Amino acid sequence: MSLLALDRITKRFGGLTAVNRVSFAVEEGQVVGLIGPNGAGKTTVFNLITGNYRPDEGTVQFQGQAIGGLAPHRIVSLGIARTFQTIRLFQNLSVVENVLAGCHCRMRTGIFGSLFHTPGQRREERQVLAQARDELAFVGLGDSGGQLAKNLSYGNQRLLEIARALATRPKLLILDEPAGGMNDQETQELIGLIGRMRARGLTILLIEHDMKLVMKACDQLVVIEYGSKIAAGTPEEIQHNPRVIEAYLGADSDDDED
Amino acid sequence: MKVPGHLLAGALFALLLCAPLALDRYWVDVLNSIGLYAILGLSLNIILGYAGMFHMGHAAFYAIGAYTTAILNTSYGVPVLWTLPLSGLAAALFALAVARPIIHLRGDYLLIVTIGMVEIVRIALINDVFGITGGANGIFGIDRPQLFGFKIRQPQHFFYLIWLFAGLTILLFSLLENSRFGRALNYLREDEVAAEGSGINTAAYKLAAFVLGAGWAGMAGTIFAAKMTIISPESFSFWESVVLFMIVILGGAGNIAGVILGAFLVVGLPEIFRDFASARMLFYGLAMMFMMIYRTQGILPPRPRVYRLDRAGGAQ
Repeated sequence: MSLLALDRITKRFGGLTAVNRVSFAVEEGQVVGLIGPNGAGKTTVFNLITGNYRPDEGTVQFQGQAIGGLAPHRIVSLGIARTFQTIRLFQNLSVVENVLAGCHCRMRTGIFGSLFHTPGQRREERQVLAQARDELAFVGLGDSGGQLAKNLSYGNQRLLEIARALATRPKLLILDEPAGGMNDQETQELIGLIGRMRARGLTILLIEHDMKLVMKACDQLVVIEYGSKIAAGTPEEIQHNPRVIEAYLGADSDDDED
Repeated sequence: MKVPGHLLAGALFALLLCAPLALDRYWVDVLNSIGLYAILGLSLNIILGYAGMFHMGHAAFYAIGAYTTAILNTSYGVPVLWTLPLSGLAAALFALAVARPIIHLRGDYLLIVTIGMVEIVRIALINDVFGITGGANGIFGIDRPQLFGFKIRQPQHFFYLIWLFAGLTILLFSLLENSRFGRALNYLREDEVAAEGSGINTAAYKLAAFVLGAGWAGMAGTIFAAKMTIISPESFSFWESVVLFMIVILGGAGNIAGVILGAFLVVGLPEIFRDFASARMLFYGLAMMFMMIYRTQGILPPRPRVYRLDRAGGAQ
């Protein structure tokens, strides 16, 4: 059984079919890249998996369970975490608090424990602080815990989003253009981080335009164009697929809004 | 040397508790009003400050609490202080019912709906719904509260009742602020989509913020009813909601010290400038305008929480 399986999912916005009968599967332990020209519908596919959109047709299965239409926070607690294409951190909160947001769904303290700081609440706070510290160190932000998120560099903000996602203890991590806005060195470090996350047993699904990263980091690629899947396979296969070459280099490919 | 915040707060609070020794009845009564508004402001702060939901109908919850006390006491003879938890519960249940369909509304839309809510409550009270609210005249003859056989009647007595309740509120809410619950409210204020995407049930937390804030305002209503012994719909007008909104925004939304300062400024300053009669409202308006232009985050904006990662210990 695949960890994640999309079966002919379709999403329409008014008259526009943003995602058209797309099917693919992600096996446990793989790093899968979702690529395609701007406006192809990649982020929409992500939003269908994470519950931000409800598919009009088709099913999304995670560990054999249908998750299409569940609320995003439910999907996170089932084990799918995400980062956003446009960075969405809690800008005015500290770096640690941003990571603690990810810990939230694995915590149990309720309103009573929060009001009275019961011994269980204090124990849990210590545990999640240690976890937050470890996740920050893991992505390479070990020294930045006390800063406000908005004061981090762009690349570090992307890393913080990953740390926040990791803090939810996911099985599947969905990264939407993780190298966006990163320089070459930061991208190299990101490739290393993806390798370390995979070594932790995480399965990763990512959208990325940086082909160096995609070719290096991914086991499998899925290519979509105009909302439909046009190819799938290993990076080598995709590189030589005439349909893909046409989609990327072909005659006057207009850059639509993504 | 930097004085720890809670020591400073404790010292100020102790100083405040000595105030009735030096002040006459009038000024003690002013402090009582400030204390009551501080409690209300802190309860609104949970909704408006921590969670960032523009709620301008807080007087509705306050009214429900006050009327619960008044009705239970005058019609059924329930001792006033016994009604305290019941008033909180009544206001919380009311909030649960009215907030459920509206919490998905964003900023300005929510604001308008809550204004409608507080007006509906006031008009319902004037129209004597269920024949129990006494119409425009309200309800009078509410008993003085008794604590261990001691009858609370003087402003000085109420001073201690109000400010001890305020102190308890400050203590509990500052604990709440530094907890999973308090952080969750901040996340949804900062970015609701990111909060939901990080695994936080934003709808449930918004509702919880409303219910908790309303319940606390309901309990403040009990104290108000006991202090006044007579309540009428005019005490819970839209203007009351605006004043509470102002206390939180002016003082510093999301900061307990800021809200208390806001209560002192918004309720206390007009008393100090009483001699200027209506000119004080001009001053008021100008002060608000300057604040909103030059210091939109309030006089005392919230400070980021400090976490000592080096003391966190090992992960499980």
